Amino acid sequence: MTSSSVAADMELDRPNLEDYLPPDSLPQEAPRNLHLRDLLDISPVLTEAAGAIVDDSFTRCFKSNSPEPWNWNIYLFPLWCLGVVIRYGILFPLRSLTLAIGWLAFFAAFFPVHFLLKGQDKLRSKIERKLVEMMCSVFVASWTGVIKYHGPRPSTRPHQVTFFFALVFVANHTSMIDFIILEQMTAFAVIMQKHPGWVGFIQKTILESVGCIWFNRNDLRDREVTVRKLRDHVQQPDNNPLLIFPEGTCVNNQYTVMFKKGAFELGCAVCPIAIKYNKIFVDAFWNSKKQSFTMHLIRLMTSWAVVCDVWYLEPQYLREGETAIAFAERVRDMIAARAGLKKVPWDGYLKHNRPSPKHTEEKQRIFAESVLRRLEEK
Amino acid sequence: MGNASSMLTQYDIEEVQEHCNYLFSQQEIVSLYERFCQLDRSAKGFISEDEFLSIPEFSLNPLSKRLLRMVDGLNFKDFVAFLSTFSAKASLRQKLELMFKVYDIDGKGKVTFEDLLEVLRDLTGPFMSEEQREKVVTKVLEEAGYTRDSVFSLDDFVQIIDHPGLKMEVEVPID
Repeated sequence: MTSSSVAADMELDRPNLEDYLPPDSLPQEAPRNLHLRDLLDISPVLTEAAGAIVDDSFTRCFKSNSPEPWNWNIYLFPLWCLGVVIRYGILFPLRSLTLAIGWLAFFAAFFPVHFLLKGQDKLRSKIERKLVEMMCSVFVASWTGVIKYHGPRPSTRPHQVTFFFALVFVANHTSMIDFIILEQMTAFAVIMQKHPGWVGFIQKTILESVGCIWFNRNDLRDREVTVRKLRDHVQQPDNNPLLIFPEGTCVNNQYTVMFKKGAFELGCAVCPIAIKYNKIFVDAFWNSKKQSFTMHLIRLMTSWAVVCDVWYLEPQYLREGETAIAFAERVRDMIAARAGLKKVPWDGYLKHNRPSPKHTEEKQRIFAESVLRRLEEK
Repeated sequence: MGNASSMLTQYDIEEVQEHCNYLFSQQEIVSLYERFCQLDRSAKGFISEDEFLSIPEFSLNPLSKRLLRMVDGLNFKDFVAFLSTFSAKASLRQKLELMFKVYDIDGKGKVTFEDLLEVLRDLTGPFMSEEQREKVVTKVLEEAGYTRDSVFSLDDFVQIIDHPGLKMEVEVPID
């Protein structure tokens, strides 16, 4: 694949918004004569704009929900205070200690294995994989993760070697802890945004050993390289199964934004994973613009528990005549239905970029056509 | 607790309510305040142009640039006053006045041929040529008994457009 066709692919990665919107949201007026009054009346456009200012489905996707206060009377208030003391005074230090011990044990084992077993790649990657899974379990324990896994666990090695078929897992995305929760069961190779700080350090040193791929979402060239790496990765039967969060950004677990089609055009089976957090103790949504990942973890570690359900759904294949976008939508439907998420047509990258003028132009085209048509009717 | 609504006192709410001529209920004002704080991400007390444009549904609107000149930098009271025009309780006259101001963006107090053309330009973008637009505006003006040189005051504007079927209402979600 040449780089120019990859670049063209990237452009196609922005599907037409109108494809997603219900058809009645497009203005369909009966042609009639155009009067001055009709031309002057811009109320529909103004109403739409004001409606978007008052409320919009995009912002709703990234709204963190503050917990409902329940310490509202004289009996409950002391209980709540006691809870605070236990959570911050006892649970948090204990959990920090667990985490610290986990890290120590992990590094003590990881670095010797990494450097001493250079010759035996198979054994080394097997041990490293186990270590990463263990470390993820420590993380889950550090917020007392109560996680129910439903459905068959992703099959690993022996199965794949006998009848090898390429698999890619896709899941909805709420926080980086999604990855930790899934990784403790199966060592996935994940595709993730590059992060700064200690997370970046872990990405570079440790997670690369399970085959994770990092990229910078704002760098188009980086994205090209990523596409190529993905294709290479799924062709190797020995690699860990690939995990992709096709939303490309964290959503608050009540909505789901557009799935990027990249994962759906690798030509392999797609296994959807639906993740639903119970917000009873803490909202697991990571609002990366407001909070660093460290603060996010501390918030989780000072809560009673993180309760969550994970469903491994049936593998899906590209149907005959189906486009990658339609395939992505079909998988998104499955995940949304299973996890009880509402679908919105927006591209999650709009959090970082402005929408392309193409969509405005679409509205302008429709308006211009109706004006011209009505003018000619006379 | 400590959510946005608790920062508005009863007195504040009443003051805002008075400022928008009681077109919004107190509950609606509390909802709008939460929305305002959400949009004003850096908590400056006003919503910047960039923050407005971060709402995709707004930034895709063909008139967003023009509207920004009206809403950019509004504090909460004026923000509510602006939106109150879209309340179901607002009079038709008030709604038309806002529409007039969208045309008369530089506040001359009158709308000219040039203003009409400019709004049409925003609405149709590259899908109509400049000649086509001029032709359209001239034609509808002439049919209604005006010329290219006609100048519309607010009253003229209200008279032309006044029809009971006009709906310009936005509901404030209350949760």
